Amino acid sequence: MNIVVLVKQVPDSGTQRSLDPSDNTVARATADNVINEIDEYAIEEALQVRDREGGEVTVLTVGPASATDAIRKALSMGADKAVHVVDDAIHGSCAIQTSGVLAAALQQMQYDLVLTGATSTDGQVAVMPALLAERLGLPQLSGAQKLTVEGSTVKVERQTDGGFWALEAPLPAIVSTWDTINEPRYPSFKGIMAAKKKPVETKSLADLGVDPSAVGLATATSQVVDFSGRPPKGEGVKVTDEGDGAEKLVGFLAEQKLV
Amino acid sequence: MAEVLVLVELNPADGTVRKGTLEALTAARALGEVSAVVAGGPGVLGGTREQLAQYGAAKVYVAESPEIDEFLVAPKAEVLAQLVQQVSPAAVVIPSSPEGREVAGRLALKTGSGFLTDVTEIAADGTATQVVFAGAQIVHSKVTVGTPIYTLRGNSVAPEPAPAAGEEVPVQVQLSEQAKLTRVVDKVVEQKSNRPELTEASIVVSGGRGVASAENFSIIEALADSLGAAVGASRAAVDSGFYPHSFQVGQTGKTVSPQLYIAVGISGAIQHRAGMQTSKTIVAVNKDPEAPIFELADFGVVGDLFQVAPQATELIKVRKG
Repeated sequence: MNIVVLVKQVPDSGTQRSLDPSDNTVARATADNVINEIDEYAIEEALQVRDREGGEVTVLTVGPASATDAIRKALSMGADKAVHVVDDAIHGSCAIQTSGVLAAALQQMQYDLVLTGATSTDGQVAVMPALLAERLGLPQLSGAQKLTVEGSTVKVERQTDGGFWALEAPLPAIVSTWDTINEPRYPSFKGIMAAKKKPVETKSLADLGVDPSAVGLATATSQVVDFSGRPPKGEGVKVTDEGDGAEKLVGFLAEQKLV
Repeated sequence: MAEVLVLVELNPADGTVRKGTLEALTAARALGEVSAVVAGGPGVLGGTREQLAQYGAAKVYVAESPEIDEFLVAPKAEVLAQLVQQVSPAAVVIPSSPEGREVAGRLALKTGSGFLTDVTEIAADGTATQVVFAGAQIVHSKVTVGTPIYTLRGNSVAPEPAPAAGEEVPVQVQLSEQAKLTRVVDKVVEQKSNRPELTEASIVVSGGRGVASAENFSIIEALADSLGAAVGASRAAVDSGFYPHSFQVGQTGKTVSPQLYIAVGISGAIQHRAGMQTSKTIVAVNKDPEAPIFELADFGVVGDLFQVAPQATELIKVRKG
């Protein structure tokens, strides 16, 4: 069972994030960049499936040179090797263009299962599994809270409002995971040391046979026209409860015609 | 006048039109004459035609096939792609549910178009507004290629009736093998409740770590029920096992934008703020006066939630008679 895990490096959601005023793309160069948190659950799931079924886990990322930090994190958790697509022409690509790059990279790899996080904390578009399924003709099993492999069939519980849908598809398939699926391991010291020796293959668009004019801001399928900071909320009222807190709260709701 | 397609989402329980669809029908009118697209198993239209017409649908396209419900996402994208080819609409608007986004993405690839997710407003010239980075930035974006496809964030637009003809137009469904790869074997409902759906509700009451136990969440539920509100939970509360993940509000859960959001025993970490910061009015109850949630709150009570929340529930009940 060979598994490819897609990971993305994103600006830390705990810090001030912004767009770059020079071209309205996500300001990545000045940000404190970390691995997309939900991708850690996909990595953990990949490791667990590998440990049950055998095979290899390969990390795949598209991102600037600094995205090697996200790759190292995945390798130190226990993934076997990595492919890093780096090319300046990719800067400013939309989700559709990025899916084209990832699909081209996947076409050069051997896999039975592709795993990734259900969303990223920067763009929060949450459609990459659907886009890759569409491009590669793979079954899409997105939003998993549970994953099992039985022979050549993959079964997933897709989280829904107040329950789940049981999904089934033949392998190879693409699955995205929520943070309910497992508890990701912390890299051990041994894992961190071993990760330094694991192979990371760097690929350019030329290596993938992708035309550079098909990616990047100039030909993106959507573009940011302008952006602005959201106006700060006016100073709210804060009261300390001295037995009358609930009364004041309900009074406020009534004043605002909310009750 | 240009035609705009709106994909209809129905309530799984009773087959009625979801509020998010009425909002999408309302928002889509800025771009042209609206046509609703209902896709599902045989009889999917049910009694919804009149309501769709009432909210501005000049036409109601009906695509019926058992296979649309038997397979995940891909069939709906194919039905829409076929319609886009036939009628060359000015745009497609879809409610921003997980399925809605995925249909939008696949449709964009099938039709050589661009798409924008989670928009809060669509202007007549096609420019869409999005609120990003946990509500910190407002972005205006445009699709530059093909037929613009938008998914509309729930509670961003107030549904407004605008009666139209609602002419029923049957659509032939012919699905490719590629649309029939992921089979939906079972749909399991774990919690049945009469409360409104979290992303649709006009009032949400959420509990956090401060609620301290699963049993204590009955306090949050009682407050919610007094207001006719949905119940939400912070990640800390969900991770502690107090409440199920499908009610989680935040970065790795649901994004809500109600008229009123009441945060009870929630400190207001970025994880949570990302999911509720665009709520119109925010009320917080927390015993820590330094909790970051108070920075967002229009009205905050520093106090013990076990005192304040039950008292507020009683006062609201009295007020509502």
